[in-house]
Amino acid sequence: MSRLVVQDVNKCVGCMSCMFACSRRFGEGGLAKSAIHVASIGGVERGFKVVVCRGCEDPSCAAVCPTRALVRRKGGGVILNAQKCIGCGNCARACPIGAVMWDYESNKPIICVHCGYCTSYCPYNVLALSR
Amino acid sequence: MAVLGSLSRVLYIDLTGKKYWVEDRSDLFEEYLGGVGVAVKLLEEELPRNADPLEPENVIVLAVGPFNGLYPTASKTVALFKSPHTGNLGESHAGGRSAIAIRLAGYGAIVIKGASDLPVWVSVQGDRVFFRDARALWGMTSSHTVGRIIREVEPGSGLRTIMRIGRAGERMVSYANVITETYRHFGRLGLGAVFGSKKLKALVVTGRSSIPVADRKAYREAYDKIFKLIVESPLMKKYHDIGTPVNVLHLNELGALPSINLLQSRLETAGRISGEYLAEKYLGRRVSCAHCPVACIHLAVLREPYEEEPYFYKTTFVGYDYEPIYALGAMLGAREPEGLLKLIDVVEAYGLDAMTTGVVLAWATEAYKRGVITREDLGGVELDWGNYEAYIEAAKRIVEQPTELYKAMARGVMYASERFGGRDFALSFSGNEMAGYHTGPAAYLTYAFGARHSHLDSAGYSLDQRTIGKSLPPGEVVNRLYEEEAWRQVLSSLVVCFFAREIYKPEVVAEALKPVGFDLSVDDLVKLGKKIFREKYRLKIREGFNPEGVAFPKRIFETPTPHGLLSPEYMEKAKREYVALIKRVTAEQG
Ligand code: SF4
Ligand code: SF4
Ligand code: SF4
Repeated sequence: MSRLVVQDVNKCVGCMSCMFACSRRFGEGGLAKSAIHVASIGGVERGFKVVVCRGCEDPSCAAVCPTRALVRRKGGGVILNAQKCIGCGNCARACPIGAVMWDYESNKPIICVHCGYCTSYCPYNVLALSR
Repeated sequence: MAVLGSLSRVLYIDLTGKKYWVEDRSDLFEEYLGGVGVAVKLLEEELPRNADPLEPENVIVLAVGPFNGLYPTASKTVALFKSPHTGNLGESHAGGRSAIAIRLAGYGAIVIKGASDLPVWVSVQGDRVFFRDARALWGMTSSHTVGRIIREVEPGSGLRTIMRIGRAGERMVSYANVITETYRHFGRLGLGAVFGSKKLKALVVTGRSSIPVADRKAYREAYDKIFKLIVESPLMKKYHDIGTPVNVLHLNELGALPSINLLQSRLETAGRISGEYLAEKYLGRRVSCAHCPVACIHLAVLREPYEEEPYFYKTTFVGYDYEPIYALGAMLGAREPEGLLKLIDVVEAYGLDAMTTGVVLAWATEAYKRGVITREDLGGVELDWGNYEAYIEAAKRIVEQPTELYKAMARGVMYASERFGGRDFALSFSGNEMAGYHTGPAAYLTYAFGARHSHLDSAGYSLDQRTIGKSLPPGEVVNRLYEEEAWRQVLSSLVVCFFAREIYKPEVVAEALKPVGFDLSVDDLVKLGKKIFREKYRLKIREGFNPEGVAFPKRIFETPTPHGLLSPEYMEKAKREYVALIKRVTAEQG
């Protein structure tokens, strides 16, 4: 299965179009549901970091989930079974790159599903789907 | 029904009592959408008649609208306040992350009242507001440093706005800016001085909420249509590639580039400060406002060697745009970009408005050369066209105000020229310094009568350029400006960036409002724009704006424009038309 990748972070202009796209998958505006995080690396003049799920083969987030709400996804990364999730936040703390975002509205993690919807909204080809 | 969600929530912050509360103002958002429409009403409610702009009674309203957080390039926040620079309504728009942060923190507007006894910064994190001790930051020379410090101690990296002032705001220079995210500004009319008078060093806002819509499918469709238009439009590409400085060469060729205090409308060295030249030799990075794919913000890299240490450099990123290049470059007779970039950086660090500062320095240079002011008045600074060391020194003194002249210059050219002389070549219009277009009559009418006195109002410069070779009757010019300006009230209520105004045409706006639950036809929208226009002028007039009192500085009639030499009679006629328009519109009922 395909995975989302950051091709060249130096091209990122910090427009957040990808973040908004990710939230919009559910037909909502705003950023509460976004699994992507873009932030400057200490002032916009230095450039940006684009934090997205790496699609780990052996994901740390799943390893620490007490309820097995996170199951390994074929081809890397995880799938969230929201029913099982108790909102403990272990997964978010365990991800070393901070790619498990938090949805404060539902008090559950936001897990990237590697659908690639965001890639068509990145005008600078920072994001892509690799097979 | 409009799905306002949290948009209708207004956060009130009282700096005197260190209190805050939220009120639901669906009434206003339903009637006026948001942004400038709602802000006019909130200011009208809160601002006492004839308030002193630098006293605690002044009020700051920051407002966003129904498109922020929902559609691309809806990335601006509108600030309304009483301007210490013109003594009238102040309006300023800024991008960066300000609009997204306010909307996603769960507010449609923030109203700041009163004044703190000690320097503070205020941090808004969703529903909670913190008043933080800013004594250690007060007096810090550089607004960059202030931003850097707050960045370290406040949460919400990537999702927050940090609006702050520099020394100019603290010292209440009447045209001090508020800077957001380093390279965007609430410019021109002195919001920074109002922050300073309230001892408010910075305002941080963080949020990450969702925004519900009435029709999810229609929303995604409307979004895709607009996004596609924006990324494929050659118009937006121009902002991305060279950026607004693409205007330098163009206006220079036209003979519309105000240079050397408008003694000329062309500059020999324009090529060296042009967007093309800067992009080729200095451009280091392009960045964007939040939720805008355009990335028009151009940052130059300035590498300065340290004299005492070999192979040791100070590397600075300097944001540049057309207007700072006009005001701090062409108006001061720049011959090369380095001095200009250094001056932009200093002006930025102190939090001065670049356009106003440039016009003030240009006036002072001419006044000095003509003997209207002396070397002593200037504290020994030898102002001369193209002498950037002197300009940098003078800019610092405008902030520190060591002599009477600098004190006067800290209040703009109108004030300084009334005190020291040289009114004929003081390029002020209704108390506000001119923008960078010596294109013809329409530009000057907008400088003098415009509804904002920033952001070029109804784009008279553009009308001028479209009508070169023709002479429109004054009444027609005024009418066309009115139509444009009224529509811009809609755009700045939504609130979208004016650079995307060709994308957000009336039909597109009406279509995009539907999924949000606003059922407004193009006709309704046009009417709404006129209504907001009317309400704004009513407030302006209430606060003392006198259209009849508008006067044009003599200099604009002495230097040819692309329409030839402007005729004072024509401008007088056009002025009468504008006065009549304002009278007619503000008297309308409804
Ligand atoms: S927050 Fe939910 S998914 Fe994450 S570790 Fe806890 S239970 Fe598992
Ligand atoms: S859409 Fe692309 S350029 Fe914009 S923030 Fe995301 S990764 Fe960066
Ligand atoms: S066009 Fe430029 S100023 Fe306007 S929102 Fe986009 S990046 Fe900001």
